[in-house]
Amino acid sequence: MTGSGDGTTPLLQARDLRKSYGSVQALRGASFDLAAGEVVALIGDNGAGKSTLVKCLSGVEAPDSGEIVIDGSPVVLDSPSAARAHGIETAYQDLAVAPDLDPAANLFLGRELRRPGLLGALGMLDKQRMRREAAEQFSRLGVTLQDIDVPIGSLSGGQRQSVAVARSVVWASRVVFLDEPTAALGVVQRERVLDVVRKVRDTGVAVVLISHNMPEVLAVADRIEVLRLGARVARFTASDVTLEQLVGAMTGALTQEEGR
Amino acid sequence: MLLVLAVGMTFVIITAGIDLSVGSVLVFAGVVAATVMEALGGGDATDAGPGVVIAGLVAALVGGGVWGLLNGLLVAMARIPPLIVTLGSFGAALGAAQLVTDGVDVRTVPKALRDGLGFGQTFQVPHMVALAAVVTLAGAWLLHTTRFGRRTFAVGSSAEAARRAGIPVRGHLVRVYTGVGLLAGLAGFMSLAYFGTTTISGHSTDNLNAIAAVVLGGTSLFGGVGTVFGTVIGVFIPAVLTKGFVIVGVQQFWQPVAISAVLVAAVWFDQVRRRSRDRG
Repeated sequence: MTGSGDGTTPLLQARDLRKSYGSVQALRGASFDLAAGEVVALIGDNGAGKSTLVKCLSGVEAPDSGEIVIDGSPVVLDSPSAARAHGIETAYQDLAVAPDLDPAANLFLGRELRRPGLLGALGMLDKQRMRREAAEQFSRLGVTLQDIDVPIGSLSGGQRQSVAVARSVVWASRVVFLDEPTAALGVVQRERVLDVVRKVRDTGVAVVLISHNMPEVLAVADRIEVLRLGARVARFTASDVTLEQLVGAMTGALTQEEGR
Repeated sequence: MLLVLAVGMTFVIITAGIDLSVGSVLVFAGVVAATVMEALGGGDATDAGPGVVIAGLVAALVGGGVWGLLNGLLVAMARIPPLIVTLGSFGAALGAAQLVTDGVDVRTVPKALRDGLGFGQTFQVPHMVALAAVVTLAGAWLLHTTRFGRRTFAVGSSAEAARRAGIPVRGHLVRVYTGVGLLAGLAGFMSLAYFGTTTISGHSTDNLNAIAAVVLGGTSLFGGVGTVFGTVIGVFIPAVLTKGFVIVGVQQFWQPVAISAVLVAAVWFDQVRRRSRDRG
């Protein structure tokens, strides 16, 4: 197994993760490396284990075996809160938002701001402040919502996804996982999300982008890791890879490492 | 009493759960409280003082809270559907109440409790009504302005999204069900004060009445939507209908028929609203 490309300690590393759902092996010894301040695209065919890998790395699912390493020391991410404590945030493709709550409530879900003083100690929320800060963040990140006070379930799929992406980006301090963040988006919103990805990268936060859209991957990623059948089969630097190589790695025509 | 049960039920239904056991838990808590007070009063609690009454209140709350905690643990940790869990405790709590008393109602309730809470009034306001109002206001405050309330909505709206957002979903459910148990315990104590006996067989449809009130008040059985204020309205609709039928001269046996029709219609409207909203 090789170390990360530049020789420094990687920010986040997965070693030989395995995860089965019943008789289905979603991950068969998958590995993954991520350095601070880079954008890594994670690609692979349907069922390659991308989403499962992200769930393991963000604490939603616990791997059956294998090791997750942050800053060179092994960690156990047994809950989403544990991952968040390490500065890892995720925008999930599905089940990311509570559809009956408004966008501001979703942005602060699990991190609700409370009022100062006694009322706050009793658990009272500071709704005005959350609403104001949410509006600021949405406009900063280019999320356009006609109405910030409606349940998020009544918004379009793209707007919902934008809110989920915004939430992960706002809170992440080290790593953001974006699971197909542009799948439901129109052209303009898609560009905005990619802009946000670049902005986030420039603040030193690492971004992991899962996508099926190859031109998008090549446009924004620094590196590309390819999964096939639950294991990593290839790693590329985005500047010197061709579309043919990527497709070859995804379909099995080309295998760089960990062949089995 | 029904209002107190319904306020608790509102929380449970917003989490997309249900609690069928409230009526039985009410009876159980009443029985425990009455038995404790009787024992402290030396076999007849009629002339017992305020200390005994407070001991009875504590016993009622503990008796209710324990069932709520049990419901919550089974729903959240063992992941058994709430309908089944609370159907189980619906039967078990009533059985346990009969075991405690050998099936005979306890009839000696402290006079201090009956006169103070059961029939007491201050400025024409019955103490029972005042207590129910305080519980309702506290419930509304908790649900609509606090983090606990916000998370109750989030859990009911999408438990998985809430979990992924770092909300301790299981712990939250345990707390919600325990809260309902506590309120059922309080209602049991109020029932004792009002009726002066444990009325073991008188609460078999309390659960359905409370659920009907909550749903009539606009809370969605599928979770995530609801208000305490709506529940208050929902509690009064059946009574208002009955009065209305009397005034108009319709046989009042039509009342349950009308309520049931309104209930089914309310759930249907909720379904339609949900389908039209959840596009994509």
